[in-house]
Amino acid sequence: MKVAVCVKQIPDPAVPGELDPSTNTLNRDDKLILDESDSFGVELALQLVEAAGGGSVTLVSMAPRSEVSGLRTALAMGADDAVLVSDDALAGTDALGTAKVLGAALGRVEPDLILAGVESSDGYTGTVPEQIAGVMGIASVTFAKKIEASDGMLSIQRQTDDGYDEVTCPMPALVSVTGGVVEPRYPSFKGIMAAKKKPVDQVGIADLGIDASAVGFAGSRQETVAVVDAEAREAGEIVIDEGEGFQRIADFLAELKVI
Amino acid sequence: MNLTRVGRRANVSNVDAEVSDQIIETLARFVDLDVRPNVARYESSDTYPGPMVDQMREFGLFGATIAEEYGGLGLNISTYARVIEELSRGWMSLAGVINSHLIAAQLIARFGTDDQRQRLLPAMATGERRGCFSLSEPDSGSDAAALRCRAARDGDEWTIDGTKQWVTNGEKASIVALLARTGDDISCFLVEKAPGPDGDQGISISRHIDKVGYRGLETVEMAYDGHRLPHHNLLGGDEGFGQGFRWALAALELGRINVAARAVGVAQAAMDEALSYAQQRETFGRPIAQHQGIAFKLADMATKLHASRLMVRDAARRVDNGERADMEAGMAKLFASETAAELALDAMRIHGGNGFTTEYPVERLYRDAPLMIIGEGTSEIQKLVISRALLARAKPAE
Repeated sequence: MKVAVCVKQIPDPAVPGELDPSTNTLNRDDKLILDESDSFGVELALQLVEAAGGGSVTLVSMAPRSEVSGLRTALAMGADDAVLVSDDALAGTDALGTAKVLGAALGRVEPDLILAGVESSDGYTGTVPEQIAGVMGIASVTFAKKIEASDGMLSIQRQTDDGYDEVTCPMPALVSVTGGVVEPRYPSFKGIMAAKKKPVDQVGIADLGIDASAVGFAGSRQETVAVVDAEAREAGEIVIDEGEGFQRIADFLAELKVI
Repeated sequence: MNLTRVGRRANVSNVDAEVSDQIIETLARFVDLDVRPNVARYESSDTYPGPMVDQMREFGLFGATIAEEYGGLGLNISTYARVIEELSRGWMSLAGVINSHLIAAQLIARFGTDDQRQRLLPAMATGERRGCFSLSEPDSGSDAAALRCRAARDGDEWTIDGTKQWVTNGEKASIVALLARTGDDISCFLVEKAPGPDGDQGISISRHIDKVGYRGLETVEMAYDGHRLPHHNLLGGDEGFGQGFRWALAALELGRINVAARAVGVAQAAMDEALSYAQQRETFGRPIAQHQGIAFKLADMATKLHASRLMVRDAARRVDNGERADMEAGMAKLFASETAAELALDAMRIHGGNGFTTEYPVERLYRDAPLMIIGEGTSEIQKLVISRALLARAKPAE
């Protein structure tokens, strides 16, 4: 079974990020790391290949400056190889443009199954996975919490507000994975050492047959016109417990219809 | 005297700075997510941290300094010291789980016969078989040459009689690097036993030692009563006869760097707790960190911590470069361990009354820190090592 996982390499969330005031886009000049929301897809992919008794996990990513730090993390977890699209012309690419680029890169991999996180932890558009499926003309299932594969078919438990749907669909397909549904493994230290030697196929947009005018700021159909600070959260109500604190908590929860 | 085998030490490393950083970053995540939130639970009840040790095994840490040709990671000592520091930042006991195992593995790698290396190291590298190191006795600690445990030759076998103390991991180990008297000399034997509390073939776990700190992993007394082992379990074969004590001292250099690195980790934890508390706790209308009395204390703590870390890294780098490091490892161990104890108490002072409760982690650091002053050679022994090396190096030309 051949699984491809879309992984995004993002600025470290532990380091305060900054926006480029001229473009209103996130500054990505520092080292980029594996988006944690993609680590669930990597873990599920590894488990699926293990369950299938063989196959491969290929990472597909698009990042500036040939960044591989985040890919190395996922390769250390056990992924076999990676395709990295890096091209100066890609700066400013919107969600649909990203989907076209990743779709073209995935086309070269020819996977049975493509996994992606529901949304990235830096951009949060949450639209790229479905757009990739659209660009590639394959089935798309969202919010998966469990995936099984057999005889060319996928059985997927799809997270909903009330529980989950059971969905089946033929492969190839693209499935977005809900964050937190599996415990991503730590890379072993042998894995970290081996990751350095695993192949990363670095390609530009010309290799994918994509014209520079279709991507980047030029090809973007979306523009961030302004960025405003979120409203500061107001202080909550402070209750001094004079022996009836429990009642106030119970009333508050009842008001929210939680109890 | 046979120290020529030192050439076999496994410090030729495949680990570059980037890989070393990634290993430490991964370990830091483990420490923050899985160790720190759970340590109090295991520590206060003196419970063996099974799940943490399992993950350490998954990481490959039982093979940390074992060469890749035997399935280990082949880490250089500089990276190994950082690993130990990082584990100890979470919980110093975790560093003890692999220390005596790797001392035993190092003895086998450096001084063992081909057969001993091929037979034992691969299973030790994966953690499938656990090793431990057994030198101390009830009446022989710093004065290790006074040890009384005896081995007597009987044809193709040896018989071991005596009592060993302070055996870290003695119960879970299935390979014990045991120092025993063979006539006037001391030799090292590779005792193979079934792991577990029941003992095996004349070996009994006679006592679990209850400790002030360094809890959660077993430190035991082991009694040998006519335990028999084959001659091929004499470390180094026939050449190893009478070499045990010298070899043990050589292997303890790794132990000394390990303990010094642990001290840096504990001191870092004390620093982190002190910094965080000093910025939260307010007196006289502002965080206590804003009072110069506390701010200067923090500055002194950070300076000593930094110096400790640099000393440990320097000693480790010397070992990696094949340079003589006995004095530098001794200095690092002396300074870092005294600093850890000092910082643990300073962190407790900064916590005020809260520091004296069991609600905050500083009390554990305060209990753990003295081990580093005492273990693998007390501070006084380090001063002996340092002064002897100092005088030997400064010997006037004849």
